[in-house]
Amino acid sequence: MTTTTTPAAVGTIQTTYREALREAIREALREDERVFLMGEDVGRYGGCFAVSLGLLAEFGPERIRDTPLSESAFVGAGIGAAIAGMRPIVEIMTVNFSLLALDQILNNAATLLHMSGGQVHVPLVIRMTTGAGRQLAAQHSHSLEGWYAHIPGLKIVAPGTLEDARGMLWTALEDPDPVLVFEHSSLYNMSGTLPADAGHRDIQRAAVRRSGSDVTLVSYGGSLPKTLQAAESLAADGIDAEVVDLRVLRPLDDETIMGSVRRTHRLVIVDEGWRTGSLSAEISARVTEQCFFELDSPIERVCSEEVPIPYSKHLEQAALPQPEKIVAAARRVVG
Amino acid sequence: MPSLGADMDFGTLSEWLVHEGDTVHRGDPMAVIDTEKSAIEVESFDDGVVETFLVEPGTRVPVGTPLATLAPLGATAPAQRVPAPRVPEPASPKAGAAPPLRHHAAELGVDITEVTGTGPHGGVTRADVDRAAAAMREEATRASAAVALETPTPEAVPAAPSTARVSPYARRLAKELGVDLAVITGTGPGGSVRADDVAAASQPPATETAETPVLEAEQAAAPAAAPPATATPERTARATIAALMSRAKREIPHYYVATTVDLAATTEWLRRTNKERPVSERLVPAAVILKATALTAREHPELNGFWVDDRFVPGDDVHLGVAVSVRGGALVAPAIHHTADLDLTELMATLRDLVKRARAGRLRRAEMADPTLTVTDLGDQGVEEVIGVIYPPQVALLGVGRVVERPWAVERMVGVRPTVRLTLSGDHRATDGATGARFLNTLERLLQHPEEL
Amino acid sequence: MSKRQAIAARPSAAAPTRAAHRLGLLREMTTIRLFEERCIELYSAEKIRGFLHVAIGEEAVAAGVMQNLLPEDAVVSTYREHGHAIARGMPKDVVMAEMLGRLTGCSRGRGGSMHLFDAGLRFYGGNAIVGGGLPLAIGVALADKMTGRRGVTACFFGDGAFAEGEFHECANLAALWRLPVLFVCENNLYAMGTALARTHAQTDLALRAASYGLASWPVDGMDVLAVEEATGRALDRVRNGGGPCFLEMRTYRFRAHSMFDPELYRDKAEVAEWRKRDPIELLATRMKQDDELTDSDREAMRAQVEAEIDQAAQAAEGAPLEPVEELTRFVYTEGTGGVR
Repeated sequence: MTTTTTPAAVGTIQTTYREALREAIREALREDERVFLMGEDVGRYGGCFAVSLGLLAEFGPERIRDTPLSESAFVGAGIGAAIAGMRPIVEIMTVNFSLLALDQILNNAATLLHMSGGQVHVPLVIRMTTGAGRQLAAQHSHSLEGWYAHIPGLKIVAPGTLEDARGMLWTALEDPDPVLVFEHSSLYNMSGTLPADAGHRDIQRAAVRRSGSDVTLVSYGGSLPKTLQAAESLAADGIDAEVVDLRVLRPLDDETIMGSVRRTHRLVIVDEGWRTGSLSAEISARVTEQCFFELDSPIERVCSEEVPIPYSKHLEQAALPQPEKIVAAARRVVG
Repeated sequence: MPSLGADMDFGTLSEWLVHEGDTVHRGDPMAVIDTEKSAIEVESFDDGVVETFLVEPGTRVPVGTPLATLAPLGATAPAQRVPAPRVPEPASPKAGAAPPLRHHAAELGVDITEVTGTGPHGGVTRADVDRAAAAMREEATRASAAVALETPTPEAVPAAPSTARVSPYARRLAKELGVDLAVITGTGPGGSVRADDVAAASQPPATETAETPVLEAEQAAAPAAAPPATATPERTARATIAALMSRAKREIPHYYVATTVDLAATTEWLRRTNKERPVSERLVPAAVILKATALTAREHPELNGFWVDDRFVPGDDVHLGVAVSVRGGALVAPAIHHTADLDLTELMATLRDLVKRARAGRLRRAEMADPTLTVTDLGDQGVEEVIGVIYPPQVALLGVGRVVERPWAVERMVGVRPTVRLTLSGDHRATDGATGARFLNTLERLLQHPEEL
Repeated sequence: MSKRQAIAARPSAAAPTRAAHRLGLLREMTTIRLFEERCIELYSAEKIRGFLHVAIGEEAVAAGVMQNLLPEDAVVSTYREHGHAIARGMPKDVVMAEMLGRLTGCSRGRGGSMHLFDAGLRFYGGNAIVGGGLPLAIGVALADKMTGRRGVTACFFGDGAFAEGEFHECANLAALWRLPVLFVCENNLYAMGTALARTHAQTDLALRAASYGLASWPVDGMDVLAVEEATGRALDRVRNGGGPCFLEMRTYRFRAHSMFDPELYRDKAEVAEWRKRDPIELLATRMKQDDELTDSDREAMRAQVEAEIDQAAQAAEGAPLEPVEELTRFVYTEGTGGVR
């Protein structure tokens, strides 16, 4: 339940989410020769979001592998390499393009272990960018991590902090099962400090990012900064919000979620996915199943409007969860 | 046989208010129980159909003994247990109503001559009267709803307190606190009842307030028919304290331990430290005592928490409640969260802020919800000793008196020293006097070294 | 209907003189070039946001192909489609308004740079998923064939899409069903930042397309006259029941893939070499050699186009935004929506 790492004696470094991810990949490549990175434009281009910039020069084209725009093929190849002893990190440029590889992810990665009666493990990590907010319109702005979280056999993580960007990859690579890492595009430039020896982070537990007693705000990934911002606005009005960062979208950490709801008795779920059939719906259902008699107010959800994400800024912003919407929802539940 | 008080081991079933085969709803009275103290109505906690009586009226049974079985609504009961359909007795049912029932009916505004009796020989029972009253309320609600439909202005719809809209947590809390949900006016969205409403409006036991729900229902259903009998805020606040303290004294077997503490070190330290502080940040002895109490509570977690469901549940941290008397004769005890983690400056600021807001009626809900141990400091009222009543479901309360200069012997020398009388009230179910004594010893020790707080 | 008439009134349809025809092509390419340069400016000024993929250097393909299309033909394009849209006849001010996210844009500001649509022109969109338009295109062609319409669907895509399974599935299906499709592959040598040779074992794309049974030609995509000629030939074949064709337009983009691209993947020398074959200069030079163009003609034409773009940009900046209350419109059809 601890939420922050205390700066280590060795000091801190100024870094960004992007650099933290890169450092994690670099560490993995250095420490384990079975690890390699492949995806579209990860090499010479430096990664669509510049995460892998410079790695080609350091590790060479065998281990930093540019692929053709053939998502089904290279994601499937990652699965094959994983079952045959490698530890691939496959980068898919955005979650939208992952749909071209959905067959491989769902029908192979998620099922091989079960179909083979426990024989074939898929120790694969797939990283991809998710989310809206940069005016990329309806084919580049999806938040489909909730869809993936529907699938047994996959583990889904969404680093929302520098620590997690730095520390989750190694744990994911050590995991014997496929782990999908969702990086919200709005987070890459997030800067801050990390302990110089920032370490590995679990991929099991949710984290309380802010303690509070009046209402629980559950959030993750790109919505986390918005939620923390909302919590600060609420604090100014005397409403003490607790912010839970899911971190892991599958399997969900019920214990942390329920623990918080038991303290605050009120819940707002913030999820950039569309409301219908969303992760927020799942959490809401679980809380009513497990914590019904703790609830002092109906659960509120702040999700994306049920519309493909529009290009123009004012419409896009209106379609997405925003701090003001979170504040309004929290006020409604606190009443 | 429900436990109706901590001291109740047995109860006598004096009367069934329902019949086998009756449908009952959550909150419906089912039976009258005689305890050593009084007769109390026992309500159903579930919706269902009364299946079988297991205890005959007049029988004395231990607490915990099943009195009857209830089948879930919609479940088909075994054939032999379904009573024959009740044939209404058209002849002279009006005759068989006992005087207390006539009184009860009058209170409810029910014309007892119009009530169809279902008791032995067609006699009218209490349940019959209540059913009739419920039917009247329903009728009235329908009528006012019809009126609302004809004149669809927002004002035309009375904000009827609906017991249906109670938050699950409030429901649970009400059960734990022994609060009757029917008497609570919800302040949540759509008039829903929430935990705060339960905390703010906890009521005396059911027998003492039997007429209240009816009064409220009448007001809601037919506002013109009855004179407004709304409680003033002071009355409500008083009633809350009355209920809470009655419950405390009824259920909690208190023990008390006390000690007089030499405050010379504290007073001297305060004098020195305050010299260096701006006026706005000066400390008072109460803050020091609070901080010391919080640290003490951490060392003695068995006094920091709640008695719930017949067992002690420790608090997640020390959140000291501070009893503050507010205008209108009310008393509140909001929490200072994580008291032990605050330094004295923060604690002092928090205390000032809390008292100010408490008196302005602007406390935050979280502050009202969960103190783990309460401190009552009546020093400013001039008393030397406070022997307090524990706030349920907490298990202890510290009473603090005035700082008094007393002749005091230290190392065989008598001098005049500032002292304070500290009294710990403990819940004997949770702890024993020795625990309380150890608590006071720790507290005294800490107060000798205020600079370390 | 006016747009269709506008297409019909193109120089090629009337074909008065070779000079006038070439001047039309030059003007079309200049328009696209200046329009996109203005877009870059507006992007820098944060008037245009999101991704902006310009086709500067590739104008000959858009101008040359569209020259041959008839109103009944259809177009399915990519996310680098401003030139396609303008050459197909979409008014500049409507495209510009879309770039700026305005209500007066062709997609009411909901699509932006990557999603220009004009159903009236049978322009079925910019598609932001590489290869995503290909299946759509063969479906449009299938419908035209099944209903006996004479239209051909021109489907634009890049060398990057050639690596997607969708291309190979669609090439096979179009050939198998003899669908009236013209596959126009704009091979600019880079799939975003990855060179053709790094993503294809066999880089002769026309050769590979031919293996599916498509009549295939490689074309000099920097020479608008060659593009025009090859497209005309291919369209004749498709219209006459010869089955789908594939044109590999060998072209080059002078600018970055998008506005965020540091271009670490190619030399400046390589870009400079290709710039020598700038399609606009290539045509202008030839016209001058043939005494069809003077510098002052060219300058006057350029000034006129510049003024039109000024006007389009001004109009777009002054145009209203769609009210936020309309946010959830167009998720489902309103009424019958004119769909029969």
